Amino acid sequence: MKLEADALFEQAVETLIQDIHAQYGYDFSGYARASVYRRIRRFLGNKNLASIEELRKNLFQDSYFFENFLQEITVNVTEMFRDPTFFLALRENVMPILSTYPFIKIWDAGCSTGEELFSLAIILKEEGLLERTKIYATDINQKVLKQAKEGIFPLANMAAYTTAYYAAGGKTEFSSYYTSSYGSAKFDASLVKNVVFYPHNLATDSSFNEFHLILCRNVLIYFNRTLQERVFGLFDESLVSLGYLALGKKETLAMSQINGHYTCVDKSNRIYRKTT
Amino acid sequence: MKKEAKVIVIGGSWGGIKASQAILKQLPASYSIPIVMVLHRLRHFDGNLQIVFEKRVALQVTEVEEKEQLKPGYVYVAPSNYHVLLEKDQTFSLDVSELENYSRPAIDVTFTSAADAFGSNTVAILLSGASKDGSAGLKYIAERGGTVIVQDPQEAEVDTMPLAAIALVPGCQIMNSERIQAFLLSLHDH
Ligand SMILES: C[S@@+](CC[C@H](N)C(=O)[O-])C[C@H]1O[C@@H](n2cnc3c(N)ncnc32)[C@H](O)[C@@H]1O
Repeated sequence: MKLEADALFEQAVETLIQDIHAQYGYDFSGYARASVYRRIRRFLGNKNLASIEELRKNLFQDSYFFENFLQEITVNVTEMFRDPTFFLALRENVMPILSTYPFIKIWDAGCSTGEELFSLAIILKEEGLLERTKIYATDINQKVLKQAKEGIFPLANMAAYTTAYYAAGGKTEFSSYYTSSYGSAKFDASLVKNVVFYPHNLATDSSFNEFHLILCRNVLIYFNRTLQERVFGLFDESLVSLGYLALGKKETLAMSQINGHYTCVDKSNRIYRKTT
Repeated sequence: MKKEAKVIVIGGSWGGIKASQAILKQLPASYSIPIVMVLHRLRHFDGNLQIVFEKRVALQVTEVEEKEQLKPGYVYVAPSNYHVLLEKDQTFSLDVSELENYSRPAIDVTFTSAADAFGSNTVAILLSGASKDGSAGLKYIAERGGTVIVQDPQEAEVDTMPLAAIALVPGCQIMNSERIQAFLLSLHDH
C-alpha cells in the first residue's frame, strides 16, 4: 500500500519538476531526489496540503505561492564562519596570494541569506583587502538575496558566531561589526559596499565574469553528478588561471572531469587551485 | 514480495556508540550488506568517530562522502552537522537543512530516505539514547515492510529512545546486542 503510494508520489514529483520548468523556468531536474522528496513532503505538511495535485493547483495559479515553494525546496540554512578552520585557511593561505593582485574579484555562489558573505568580507577587511575587492554574491532565490543585502541576523546567534570568528583567526572585537537592537544584529553596511547581489541559477545560467576566488559551499550536495559536472564546468570557465575554488566541507572535485586541471591545496578544507 | 536485506541502517544517541561497537565487532570484513550509522554527537564535535570504530571492527569504517556509492564490507558513519540521505541509485546525498529532533545528523532523516530507496529491503536498528529521534523513521520503515529492531530497553544505557520507538512501532522486534549480532550474521550467511 505505502510502497505503491510512494511510487505514485515519486512519479508526480517528476511531472511537477517538468511543469515547473515549463511554466516558471526553474530547472530542478538535476537535484538529488531524496532531499527533494523530503522538502516537498515537509512543504505539503506545513501548508496542510493533502497531495501533489493540491500543491499543483496552488503553484500554477499563484506565482507568489510559487516563490514560497521555491524557498522551501532550496535549503537556505547557513551560518557565519561555518567551519571556522576553512575561514582560517582562507585568511592564512589564500588571502596572501590574492593580495598580490591589484584588484580582486570573488564570486560567492549560493550565498543564501549572507552569513557566509559577511564572514568573507570581515576576513578581507582584516587582511586589508576589502577596499580593492569586488564580490559578486549570487543565489537562485531572490528573497534570500534581499536578506543578504540587509545583513541583519538574529542576535541570539552572535555568541556562537563570536566563538567561530575567533576560531577563524578573528583580530578584533566581533561585536564591533554590528549594532544590536530588538533581538537583531545589523552588520556594518560598509562591509558590503563593493558587493553586487544578483540572481543566478547554477543549473541554467552561464558564466558572467572572471574571478580569482569562487566560493560555492553546501550547494553542490543538492545536485546530482550530471548537474555538478555542469557547475564545475561553469566555475572552470569563470576562474582565472591559478584562481581558487572553495567547496563545502563534504564536497569534492575529485570525481569531476576538471579535476586534472586543479590541485587540492587544502584537503580538509576543500580548497582547490586551478593549475592552468 | 521476498525480502532481501540490501542496507542496514543503525541509529543511536547517548550510549549508542558503545552499543554499536559491541554489535559490529563480530562481523567479518567480508560482510555482504552495507551498514550506515547515524550517531548523535555534540553539535560541534569534530572528533573522528571513524577512528573510534576502526580499531574495534573488522569492516572498513569511513565517513560518508556525498554521492558515494554504497559498497559491501563498509560501515558508513554520518559526518557531524550533515543529514545523510540514501538515493535509489545506492548513493548518498548530504544535506545541511534544519536540525530535526534537535539533531543533525538526524536518525529519522536517514531512516526515511532508506525506506524510500530500499523499501522492504531495509533493516533498521535503533539503539540506546536520550532522544526521541529515530522512532518516526522506524515506523516509516515498518510501514513499508522493512525489518525494524529496537535495542532491549533493559540493556540500553539510556532507554528513552528504545522506549519511544516501542511505543510508536508496535511491530518492532526487541533484542539485546547479542541477539542483534546473531541476527546480522544470519543475514550474511546465505
Ligand atoms: C545550504 S545553503 C548554503 C549557504 C552557504 N553557502 C553556506 O555554506 O552556508 C544553499 C544555497 O544554495 C542556493 N541554491 C540552490 N540551488 C541553486 C541554484 N541552482 N543556483 C544557485 N543557487 C542555488 C539556495 O537558494 C541556498 O541559498
